[in-house]
Amino acid sequence: MPQLQNAASLSGAVGGIGEKTRDPSLFQPSASEVNLYQLHVEDLLSLNSHAEEDLTVTDLDNKLLLCDLLDISPVLTEAASAIIDDSFTRCFKSNTPEPWNWNLYLAPLWCLGVIFRYGILFPIRVVLLAVGWIIFMALFFPIHMALKGHDTLRKQLERGLVEFMCSVFVASWTGVVNYHGPRPSRRAKQVFVANHTSMIDFIILEQMTAFAVIMQKYTGWVGFLQTTVLESLGCIWFNRLESKDRLVVVQKLKKHVEDPDSNPLLVFPEGTCVNNEYTVMFKKGAFELGCTVCPIAIKYNKIFVDAFWNSKKQSFTMHLMRLMTSWAVVCDVWYLEPQTLHPGETHIEFAGRVRDLIAKRAGIKKVPWDGYLKYYRPSPKLTEKKYTPAPFFIGLYAHGSPKEEAVTQ
Amino acid sequence: MGNSSSLLTQYDLEDLQNHTNHLFSQREIVSLYERFCALDRTGKGFISADEFMGVPEFAVNPLCQRLLKMLEGLNFKEFIALLSAFSARATQQDKINFIFRVYDTDANGKVTASDILQVLRDLSGSFLSDKQRELVLNQALEQAGYTKDSALTTEDFSKVLGNLKMEVEVPVD
Repeated sequence: MPQLQNAASLSGAVGGIGEKTRDPSLFQPSASEVNLYQLHVEDLLSLNSHAEEDLTVTDLDNKLLLCDLLDISPVLTEAASAIIDDSFTRCFKSNTPEPWNWNLYLAPLWCLGVIFRYGILFPIRVVLLAVGWIIFMALFFPIHMALKGHDTLRKQLERGLVEFMCSVFVASWTGVVNYHGPRPSRRAKQVFVANHTSMIDFIILEQMTAFAVIMQKYTGWVGFLQTTVLESLGCIWFNRLESKDRLVVVQKLKKHVEDPDSNPLLVFPEGTCVNNEYTVMFKKGAFELGCTVCPIAIKYNKIFVDAFWNSKKQSFTMHLMRLMTSWAVVCDVWYLEPQTLHPGETHIEFAGRVRDLIAKRAGIKKVPWDGYLKYYRPSPKLTEKKYTPAPFFIGLYAHGSPKEEAVTQ
Repeated sequence: MGNSSSLLTQYDLEDLQNHTNHLFSQREIVSLYERFCALDRTGKGFISADEFMGVPEFAVNPLCQRLLKMLEGLNFKEFIALLSAFSARATQQDKINFIFRVYDTDANGKVTASDILQVLRDLSGSFLSDKQRELVLNQALEQAGYTKDSALTTEDFSKVLGNLKMEVEVPVD
């Protein structure tokens, strides 16, 4: 597996929207890198002094040089290996559960289960959810309007209401959530980070503490909720497709953590939903804010349903339907020890260290890929950085001088 | 995506195995079929270039464009026939033939210096100038007993390239 340690830092260099807008001349390696190679080549091409006498070329030696140039097998092997199985696609694969072995008693039991889930559980849950919504709306908007002047009281009530609504949500899929570790406290200069599997991560965490989350702005009924309810919590929006948006968002984040009255900030540094078996690289944005980072690890138990939301395959509504027609959603949430930047550690290393903690606690594997590669192609700069023309120089060093003059660039 | 091995019957598996000269085991073919279906997101029966480029590990490979021309639009049978060169059971000749095909873009059975230069350009990109590449290549060709106008065949490739190690393990669960 090629080591792409640069992937996170190059997330900014990930190409623009679509390949048509990419101008290859923008992605040349730096002048100093090219110069280094040029120097090597000129050095070798100009070695005239030991020309004929030292060249004890046997037939074997002759062919070795051409064979170095022609042998592209390592590159091809890596390409084929990527085609056959690659760690990035594995992060987003939802494993379909093995079908039960049908036999005389399991098949009817399963059918009974389906009837119960769709016919009895699902309607009860829908009713529960609807009632919860009505209560929430009936209380939230009046309070929001009426208590405009009394901000502290209003915010307290709104927080309580949001926590209530999230509990209703969790109940609507019979969520069995085990929380471990000390509950988050309200303090300035702290940010919470967690691994991301589905939007329900937010709901599960929100029912315990009213976080202000930073999330992608959606349209539809989710978007409506975002603009009305979640704004009041201090949530921050971004747009994945706007690369300049990043700086604006970082400013907003900084402002938020400075304010001691604001709700604790929750960030999902992976930037996208991953299938809870792997974690992709953490973006360093949340780690550059100069505050303590409190990691949260979330691990879902797939026993009844797989909570991974494959946003490319399903809408959020369909995803919710699936959860609501399953027996239960079981998960564990661990609140881990707050971490600060170690002296001499870069932000990227800090992000990596926190990711290690979360991955270890949740028992999930790490892959060195940027989650945004789900939306963009890798920039040609990554290819340039990874592949240097080593065979040339191994071959040339081994077999000494040419007979022709140096070529100056 | 359902349990895809149920879509391949025993008859299909044997047919596919014969087509690839038994270079893949039946379990490997099933694994490859699942992978093919996963990459072919819209279920067309072949994988488009865009779907291949959606694999970042593939997209950063300098030879990806060349391989794309060989791979895109293939149905599953042709796909595994092409990839069979990477099986541990494949012969040296199979591997050499594959490498030859990568170089021989116009498929006329001959690889000229300009064909080789194009592949070298893909590999070394902006690190070297065209002139430097040409110089290095001509020197190498002469030392091996060819000229810059020679057209190499698969036999020449076999002679020049010794023992090749080019295999990929197909994960079977």
